[in-house]
Amino acid sequence: MKLDAKIPEGPLAEKWSKHKFNMKLVNPANKRKYDVIVVGSGLAGAAAAASLGELGYNVKCFCFQDSPRRAHSIAAQGGINAAKNYQNDGDSIYRLFYDTIKGGDYRAREANVYRLAEVSVNIIDQCVAQGVPFAREYGGLLANRSFGGAQVSRTFYAKGQTGQQLLLGAYSALSRQIAAGKVKMYTRSEMLDVVVVEGKARGIITRNLVTGQIESHSAHAVLLCTGGYGNVFFLSTNAMGSNVTAAWRAHRKGALFGNPCYTQIHPTCIPVSGDHQSKLTLMSESLRNDGRVWVPKKVEDAQAIQKGLKTANDIKEEDRDYFLERKYPSFGNLAPRDISSRNAKTVCDEGKGVGNTGLAVYLDFADAIKRDGEATIRAKYGNLFDMYEKIVDENPYKMPMKIYPAVHYTMGGLWVDYNLMTTIPGLYALGEANFSDHGANRLGASALMQGLADGYFVIPYTLGDYLAQMPATKIPTDHPEFQKAEAEIKAQIAELLSDKHTKSNGKTVDEYHKELGKIMWDYCGMSRNADGLKFARERIRELRTNFWNDVKTVGNNEELNITLEKALRVADFLELGELMVIDALDREESCGGHFREEYQTEEGEAKRNDANYAYVAAWQYNGRDEDYTLHKEDLIFENVKLTQRSYK
Amino acid sequence: MAEELLNFKLHVWRQAKADKKVNGSLQSGGGKMVTYPMKDISTDMSFLEMLDILNEDLLRKGEEPVAFDHDCREGICGMCSLYINGHPHGPEQTTTCQLHMRSFRGVKDIYVEPWRAKAFPVVKDLVVDRGAFDRIIQAGGFISVNTGVNVDANEIPIPKEIADMAMDAATCIGCGACVAACKNASAMLFVSAKVSQLALLPQGYAERKTRVEKMVAQMDAEGFGSCTNTGACEAECPKEISLTNIARMNREYLFAKLTSDNV
Ligand SMILES: Cc1cc2nc3c(=O)[nH]c(=O)nc-3n(C[C@H](O)[C@H](O)[C@H](O)COP(=O)(O)OP(=O)(O)OC[C@H]3O[C@@H](n4cnc5c(N)ncnc54)[C@H](O)[C@@H]3O)c2cc1C
Ligand code: FES
Repeated sequence: MKLDAKIPEGPLAEKWSKHKFNMKLVNPANKRKYDVIVVGSGLAGAAAAASLGELGYNVKCFCFQDSPRRAHSIAAQGGINAAKNYQNDGDSIYRLFYDTIKGGDYRAREANVYRLAEVSVNIIDQCVAQGVPFAREYGGLLANRSFGGAQVSRTFYAKGQTGQQLLLGAYSALSRQIAAGKVKMYTRSEMLDVVVVEGKARGIITRNLVTGQIESHSAHAVLLCTGGYGNVFFLSTNAMGSNVTAAWRAHRKGALFGNPCYTQIHPTCIPVSGDHQSKLTLMSESLRNDGRVWVPKKVEDAQAIQKGLKTANDIKEEDRDYFLERKYPSFGNLAPRDISSRNAKTVCDEGKGVGNTGLAVYLDFADAIKRDGEATIRAKYGNLFDMYEKIVDENPYKMPMKIYPAVHYTMGGLWVDYNLMTTIPGLYALGEANFSDHGANRLGASALMQGLADGYFVIPYTLGDYLAQMPATKIPTDHPEFQKAEAEIKAQIAELLSDKHTKSNGKTVDEYHKELGKIMWDYCGMSRNADGLKFARERIRELRTNFWNDVKTVGNNEELNITLEKALRVADFLELGELMVIDALDREESCGGHFREEYQTEEGEAKRNDANYAYVAAWQYNGRDEDYTLHKEDLIFENVKLTQRSYK
Repeated sequence: MAEELLNFKLHVWRQAKADKKVNGSLQSGGGKMVTYPMKDISTDMSFLEMLDILNEDLLRKGEEPVAFDHDCREGICGMCSLYINGHPHGPEQTTTCQLHMRSFRGVKDIYVEPWRAKAFPVVKDLVVDRGAFDRIIQAGGFISVNTGVNVDANEIPIPKEIADMAMDAATCIGCGACVAACKNASAMLFVSAKVSQLALLPQGYAERKTRVEKMVAQMDAEGFGSCTNTGACEAECPKEISLTNIARMNREYLFAKLTSDNV
């Protein structure tokens, strides 16, 4: 298979506008003849469904929650980037492009990233027009804050609830189209397969999570906006329901999976407290604007803290190591996520971690409170401080927060071309579900930007170009391909609910999930090496075999069955986990969030190998226990010079 | 305070069959309270993690786990619900997912029920259908702009106090605790939060009359009760949405009715 990214010709800054002009259009009267399926109602999905409905297509939109407003995007805290340059601090589209490409450690496509930076400015206009209450200055103009990996202030925010407000904006646009009859919404519905007819995506199969009904939906194109797969680690900052199933089922039907091993471990999360823990909570990166990260210089002090004999306030100023400020003086506490996380791990590995587990570092606001007053800090971060106090039972205005890195975001995802189309014609992937814009590391506040860019400003054009070239004839859902796909799903469900499983004394679905997560975290987490990865691969295969032999389930299909829902998702994670390990093993370099211990500079920074690895790894599925085939898309850099990323 | 292990009796509403709406009234699907003794539950656990433990035990015994809604477990998606010991989201003013077992030191019996309201039929166990909220938003909880507006975001300055007030109203997570808290099962706090947010902002000005009329009409059609100003909704709202929103909505509504074009 030859991968064609379909990047338009011409100078970087003109590619998108030229491409828009060259694309074919569907005549307004014809749009209503085309049906489009949008799976997902997060920023990417809600924005796409609303925009396509406005244009006149017939849209069906699906989500597994009880309302589209609850998609995982709702949880994003810190903000959204845009190259508005309202602060007049030297920002520009080119700078946002450059920061993002560099932040991704030169493993993303120039053309995609430039387009993202270009449309970022329209996003803010759109959201304000929808009534998104962004933070404002006293003069009434929009306020900005800084995020990691940038030296300009370009992040727009709504308290610590930016994702919520952006999603509610998109949800309101979606609601308007639902009322207008242009979008039909299916809640509590889980997509379980893509239907491919004559090489093109022509529909999906879903399970109604309340009745268990398996349903076929036919359309002219299918958009997967189903989010990331961080929950393969079991513990992550993702919502409990976030899963890879939609993307994975598409992968099994022939869509290549890009860069699966690129995962983002976020430096500022509330540390793990015990075995009962079901998820990890993020403390927004925006806190690093005012918080200072440190650990004790002396191992003895750290040990005393771990045993509860000392507290942070007992450690004198000269005995504290502000390690990010020390190592990266120009970015300091705002060093990018991959670097900050790795450094936190290093100091903890050296025995200087705090908290009772020793797996935590401090994020200290004492100086900021002294400088600006508690009221100012409360106004900026009040809800985050409250959340911290509720979970940890400690007052962060008085004691520094304890934080530790946690899985947060996945840069990898379905491979897509410049038009956001996967390797299956008519199947698109948007938002976190695709691999496209963040390379090997995502900068803060750029996932929200990408989700909305894809949904509001890219897909309405590129999808039109595809549909304009295809007849409006519909395929009935009694077509053999639909029936075959339905039968396969029913068989899988029947197997999971057969006596073998309901009468089994084996492990529960959650136990399998936790075990998989631990393997992933230990061997394919913040740092990786060849031996560990090989070991992990064997362990995952074993775990998967056991899962299909004895995982414990209960109940019927024809009801709301939470065990079955989870089992179907974990089954897919057990396949994805292996592919992540394979990809990490293949990539014999370190870049961004992918840190291979064998490849580091003398100072312990990631060492890329541009000569051999400046490619996107796109993997082809050949069967559950078969080897995968690797396809490479070479990354060509015409505008930026590849250098070692420095934040010193 | 240090971690402590708690033992208590957990009484949970179990309902296999969904409630049905027949001619506008609700037909119950049956159901009853079932008691589970809980042992050695850490005070550091969240309430939902305690339910996870119960569910793992039930599953191992081959029994059906308790169905409950949840997703973000960060207090922002509004998916979790639960009426715990007489309060929506339990004894603290937060969401159930942010409630920790440390709030139950010394408590011997914990009662867990679904939201009870005619407009929120039970789907199974503790899961209810809150589709009515979506339909109220669809009736008018938006500003009619298509994708692709060409107005610079800074073209209309909005005074900070106004923007902050809009933000406070917009903080609503749509969980339904206000309805569950109200003896009349009124949805006024939810509806007024959206009406207020959009009425406060210049962008929402043009549609403010029809918006409030349509949203209120839909609220009534869904079978929510009327507001008698007891303030239970505000007291139980995990996001501290203020009653002033209801007052603002009443003004908006009155003004719309007096000057309405939709007579
Ligand atoms: C705690 C947290 C904080 C964050 N903060 C920021 C931030 O400040 N700035 C930033 O830029 N980014 C942030 N991010 C990242 C960002 O929120 C996400 O990457 C982004 O919101 C993903 O949006 P999405 O539309 O791609 O997917 P999601 O919002 O995850 O939506 C996925 C949708 O797909 C549906 N779905 C999934 N699978 C199926 C299926 N099989 N069948 C049917 N429906 C399905 C779901 O129901 C949902 O509607 C944060 C992430 C987390 C976890
Ligand atoms: S689970 Fe999201 S608010 Fe409780």
